[in-house]
Amino acid sequence: MVAPYRRRPHLKQRMLRQDTGAAVYIKGAETMKTFTLQVNGNGRQVTAEPDMPLLYVLRNDLNLRGPRFGCGLGQCGACTVIIDGKAARSCITPLSSVGRKAVTTLEGLGSSRRPHRIQKAFIDAQAAQCGYCINGMIMTAKAFLDRNPRPSEGEVRRALAGNLCRCGTHPRIIDAVMRAARES
Amino acid sequence: MGAAFAVTRRQFLKTGGALVVGFSLADSIAEAMGHSMPFVPRDFKSVDAWLAIDGNGRVTVYSGHVELGTGVETALTQMVADELDVPFTAVSIIQGDTLLTPDQGPTWGSLTIQVAGLQLRKAAACAKRALLALASKELSAASSNLEIENGVISGAGKHITYASLTKRHALEVPFDEKVELKKPDAFRIVGKPIARVDIPGKVTGEFIYMHDFEVRGMLHGRVVRPAAMQAKLESVDDVAAQKISGFVATVVKGNFVGVVAATEWGAIKAMEAIRCKWSDWSGLPAMDQVYASVKKTRVEQTITPMKEGDAASALDSAAKRLKATYEYPVQTHGSIGPSCSIADVRHDRVLIWSASQSTHWTQRQIAKMLGMHPEQVRIIYLEGAGCYGRNGHEDATADAVVLSQAIGRPVRVQWTRQDEHGWDPKAPPYVADLEGALDADGNVLAWNFAAWLPFRIGGTVDVPLLAQDLVQGDVAVQASDNMNAGTMESDAKPPYRFPNVLSTVHRVASTPFRPSWLRSPGRMQNTYANECFMDELAAAAGADPVAFRLKHLKDDRGAHCITTCVKAAGWQARPSPNKDAGTGDVVSGRGFAYVFYDNARTYVSAVCEVEVNRKDGHVRATRFVIGHDCGLVINPDGVRAQIEGGIIQTLSRTLIEEVKWDASRVTSVDWASYPILAFDAVPKIEIALIDRPDQPAWGAGEPICAVVPSALANAIFDATGARMRTAPYTPDRVKAALARL
Repeated sequence: MVAPYRRRPHLKQRMLRQDTGAAVYIKGAETMKTFTLQVNGNGRQVTAEPDMPLLYVLRNDLNLRGPRFGCGLGQCGACTVIIDGKAARSCITPLSSVGRKAVTTLEGLGSSRRPHRIQKAFIDAQAAQCGYCINGMIMTAKAFLDRNPRPSEGEVRRALAGNLCRCGTHPRIIDAVMRAARES
Repeated sequence: MGAAFAVTRRQFLKTGGALVVGFSLADSIAEAMGHSMPFVPRDFKSVDAWLAIDGNGRVTVYSGHVELGTGVETALTQMVADELDVPFTAVSIIQGDTLLTPDQGPTWGSLTIQVAGLQLRKAAACAKRALLALASKELSAASSNLEIENGVISGAGKHITYASLTKRHALEVPFDEKVELKKPDAFRIVGKPIARVDIPGKVTGEFIYMHDFEVRGMLHGRVVRPAAMQAKLESVDDVAAQKISGFVATVVKGNFVGVVAATEWGAIKAMEAIRCKWSDWSGLPAMDQVYASVKKTRVEQTITPMKEGDAASALDSAAKRLKATYEYPVQTHGSIGPSCSIADVRHDRVLIWSASQSTHWTQRQIAKMLGMHPEQVRIIYLEGAGCYGRNGHEDATADAVVLSQAIGRPVRVQWTRQDEHGWDPKAPPYVADLEGALDADGNVLAWNFAAWLPFRIGGTVDVPLLAQDLVQGDVAVQASDNMNAGTMESDAKPPYRFPNVLSTVHRVASTPFRPSWLRSPGRMQNTYANECFMDELAAAAGADPVAFRLKHLKDDRGAHCITTCVKAAGWQARPSPNKDAGTGDVVSGRGFAYVFYDNARTYVSAVCEVEVNRKDGHVRATRFVIGHDCGLVINPDGVRAQIEGGIIQTLSRTLIEEVKWDASRVTSVDWASYPILAFDAVPKIEIALIDRPDQPAWGAGEPICAVVPSALANAIFDATGARMRTAPYTPDRVKAALARL
């Protein structure tokens, strides 16, 4: 059972598709279970291994690619989603532990047409280089700003301390979060 | 299968009813990097690149260079749109597709704007000239009386659009290297801080990274890594793996062991469930002996980047003589997203999606591995996480090829974090011995530099693919006759003028780990040694470090970069160390460093301010002030972003990063064992950007990295009087250096 390919809107014609026409069967699928998740305000049904991390459910079964695989160890933050208001590392969150809790992904905040104010602040601050870590920065900032809408710069640095960026975009990320706080 | 497996570029492009410009990249890259470098572009003479304008006025650029997260897609678009006088939004770029784009060499060395961008500007100028000539006929007006704005040519009360011209006339325009370019005062888009085209998609989850791409019917693959770097496979037990839900196959070829499953989680669990027996291997040098081991390695060749006067005799006769050794550690690229690729291997053709920074090189490597002709292999570039050099993308591609070929289905391979940290090719260990002498007036009389670098630095030798070695049953990483760490001897000669100089590079036969280039390869390490030693000489002469450098610099543009930087920093002239650094646990200091990148392009000066805790050895960089002259600035915000990123990444490398290993393999295989700088340690950054619209656009991105380690080391000396000569500057090393005072 490979999730069917769905075309996703994109700014440019970057998306390419290859269809081999082959079906994929899963041996040993009897250990899978069906779960109903609350994702971005919608009930979503998935059938998967109970120990499968939420990250793979979101990316491969629900086609939500905002959360990214970075380490699978909960160390870098690229996979961050918000679960019941708290930033969580989806790469180490087993599917079976999620239950009916509300899961929000980057896609649940906004789109390039209608960006969330934090997403807009990241665009305004040009706060991305390769951008691979940015999902985690935005989702961590969202959960943080919901708790602390008027933070100091030091508080922002501490809130993001567990999120890694390799391109060195840190000053702009801090700037973006401070902008978002000012504009709320 | 359709267009993706199209046989020729001509078939795919179907250029009828359009204007196209063909051009050859000639030797521009070799020229850009300075003639001293042994980089010889392969196939450039025969390569055509293209810029096409269709009947709707859309401009398509076919670029062999790719966006790696540095903003070049936006900057190249600015250059083409401005030169062609079309709106920014009319231009789109196809990148790194081996079927469609020319082989411009890897996207490396901060050469995309400088070389590829200039060529694109010229192609655009050729196109514009041809369109003007057409319009001149149709409007019955002299070209000199015509004006162009937003793709509309007007004059004599009439106008005509590019679109209407290209709709009716199909023409091929030859590339003219000497075509006249737009004058700087006419720029409308170049020089503006245009927002990056990729950022809205990247902050909303709409952007399609390599990691997001999916092929229907594809399976998921993972590779089981050897227990030791050069271990041989003895046996495989996949009984437990076969019970994993979704398991499809175990693939064993030589020393290569991989699993394929229907789901990504199934592949991960199967990989973990496989039990392999490997032979023992424990051939790595002890970590604390690595630099000594480099110096003991057989030297294949010794080169002399610079020789002037007689350094040896001058050293012997000098009033004051200094000696120092500088060491820079083995480091990993540390991409946040581990490498990923999809391959679909058929009996006579191969289709690959990869985030490789050099799809054309990888195409040849994969073809060789499969015994095919390169034209049977098409690689389509999709952006991955930042790579900062040759990381694991190409190896993940080869892994996917092996697995797809074995099971006859498209396979996606996502490297694990442990794969990326443990098995990407590494920046090799660096060691340089410097010796210098001052005359009685405190001038540098002699300078003797010797560095040990991997053999075949530079050139077009590929980094060997892990999977290829494993499949062939060879050892996984040692391939001493085929290694490439980038043009690491660059900047081995000092940017200053001394009467007696000898700069020597010993090219050693092997290095502990498969080497490759990592942001500012060699230039950073060489500049580290040069600029730290220059600082040591300044201190020995009792001179202000900046004044001492200016005294020995015979380059007005470089001097301007230095004075601009120190003025912005509020630099107070005095010798180091600082007598007023403070008496408490935490002392402060400032350091300076300068580079003329590749001894050929882009001037960078840096002032770094630090706080050093003398009690616990903790170093904190508080402020960087940069003077940066890369000639014409295409996008000032883009250049600033590159400078900020280069400072922070190199600061991280110099303060905390070092690959760790035991006798058999890399042991720093995650972010806990190989940490990088976090938000709390990010310094304040101020940039004095020197824009020179009348000069060529030089590279930005790598040059800034070159000055960071030495500016930091010199600041620590200013604060404490202790010289840091071995990176990273961990608290233990700092305490040890302080204890030696």
